[in-house]
Amino acid sequence: MSDTTTTAQKGQDFEKTLDQSDTKVATFEVKHHTLLERIQHVLHNNPTLVPVIVLLVSLSAFGLIAGGTFFSAFNLSLILQQVSIIGILAAAQSLIIITAGIDLSVAAIMVLMSVVMGNLAVFAGVPSGFAILIGLFGGIGAGVMNGWFITKVKLPPFITTLGTWSIFYALLLWISGAQSIRGQDIDTEAPFLKFFGAAFNIGGARITLSALLMIVVFIALWYMLNKTAWGRHVYAIGDDKDAAEMSGIRTDRTLLSVYGLAGFVCALAGWASIGRVGSISPQSFYEGNLDSITAVVIGGISLFGGRGSIMGALFGALIVGVFRSGLRLSGVDVLWQVFAIGWLIIIAVAIDQWIRRVSA
Amino acid sequence: MITPVVQARGIVKRYGHVTAIDHSDFELRPGEVLAVIGDNGAGKSSIVKAICGATIPDEGEILIEGKPVEFSSPIEAREMGIEIVYQNLALSPALSIADNMFTGREIRKKGWLGKYLRMLDKPAMEKFARDKLTELGLMTVQSIKQPVETLSGGQRQGVAVARAAAFATKFIIMDEPTAALGVKESRKVLELIQDVRARGIPIILISHNMPHVFEVADRIHIHRLGKRLCTIDPKDYTMSDAVAFMTGAKEPPAEDAA
Repeated sequence: MSDTTTTAQKGQDFEKTLDQSDTKVATFEVKHHTLLERIQHVLHNNPTLVPVIVLLVSLSAFGLIAGGTFFSAFNLSLILQQVSIIGILAAAQSLIIITAGIDLSVAAIMVLMSVVMGNLAVFAGVPSGFAILIGLFGGIGAGVMNGWFITKVKLPPFITTLGTWSIFYALLLWISGAQSIRGQDIDTEAPFLKFFGAAFNIGGARITLSALLMIVVFIALWYMLNKTAWGRHVYAIGDDKDAAEMSGIRTDRTLLSVYGLAGFVCALAGWASIGRVGSISPQSFYEGNLDSITAVVIGGISLFGGRGSIMGALFGALIVGVFRSGLRLSGVDVLWQVFAIGWLIIIAVAIDQWIRRVSA
Repeated sequence: MITPVVQARGIVKRYGHVTAIDHSDFELRPGEVLAVIGDNGAGKSSIVKAICGATIPDEGEILIEGKPVEFSSPIEAREMGIEIVYQNLALSPALSIADNMFTGREIRKKGWLGKYLRMLDKPAMEKFARDKLTELGLMTVQSIKQPVETLSGGQRQGVAVARAAAFATKFIIMDEPTAALGVKESRKVLELIQDVRARGIPIILISHNMPHVFEVADRIHIHRLGKRLCTIDPKDYTMSDAVAFMTGAKEPPAEDAA
């Protein structure tokens, strides 16, 4: 019996020498970290730094090439204005990509809800505020529908949203009769739909409310993702869904809320787009879903989920806007803008992979 | 007689034609480390899963501290103060140690920031996590804010055990806690188990490692062919006896050997 007590204290026989065991931790030839390795490490800890640097570099590069017109307050605010709708969509897309999902239907939800708002307010005589409310709730509904297929029917997000993209697109063609709603009709019947098109001037810069909305949306979502338990759960699910479930997160419920919120943000973008574009066209923003993914990826948010800051998507959207504007002002053909954006995506993902290979 | 912490009677779980648990009993007494051993496929994980709500048994009853319970998920069991340390640890690699310790039970800031804006009280969570890790002698990590993916296997196990120890009020289930660890790290985990027992929290330890089982267990539950074969006192039997019972090479002692 005394035997067992001693073993209980000291552990197994073969472990007796453990007390005298070498306490050195594996050390290797001290290798000075190269500058590149240090950069890699810093970027690993601050993933949003890459898009910030790219944005600053591209701003100064285009400033040099295209000259003063590019750097004017007017042009810079114009870029902000131009990226506002895709920026808001990118915010919704970021939420979903952080959960390791993808949403191909964001732009379809947006246009569908703008068509719903427009038809209700302009043709059906519904008060605009009420029409907008219905559109926003419709956005939540569309998002929850995606989320339901993904969590309850257990379909992959890619397939689900590929399907709902077509479904929502067909619905919006049906509701609109494939007809645009003209700006004048909106102005006379329901001017409130164009609320986010309003703008004010500060020292040559023309700031639209849609640009402000984009910034508010990003700040609000950033707060939710980083400062609330819900946000931590969203990251945990993207990181490792099974582990999140086991550590007590109701993952399905959280995912449903993510898709619902993303749908709401898309509908908000739909409302803002009416002001931004000036009319409601069922054919607009057909590639908006891909543009939003582009912004998210350039913003350094990992497509594998769980990593990256939503602010990256804002910078990603701005980088795309800066490239478009800069190349246009430099007198480069539109096709080269598309060409450049393509390279940006590939380089962004390559950098993401490189950063993630960092040794801790 | 002392009320057992867990008492399960006649638990049955079938998956189609396969019976994973076949009228099995289970008992965990206050303050003890109960090891659950059994051959692969004997159903030792299944019976433990039935106790913590991860699987819902088809028949039988489970009493926790004498009161019947019917958990429909491990989250419900957790709300009662039952913690599980999974073999794969259930940690989120990219989140910090503090975030991981509080997953699913975060602390909110006091006042309107917490109430209306649902803001997390990160300083309080970090302090609590640091205190708990220090208590268990695990504060060898550089920072409580560092992501779990930067920790070694032993340190991760430490975080998972600390999380369980910090929040368990009834008992802790540990599934193969030393399976993926080196000699030194295993030693640390065994010390942790003894530490936790010393605070009066009973532990169910599922393990294949006989030396570890015989070292820390107060009683050993031997599972065979879907049911409890017997429970033995490790002081009265040898490891080869235990292996012989669990593989069916030797007739078991009467059920109440321990």
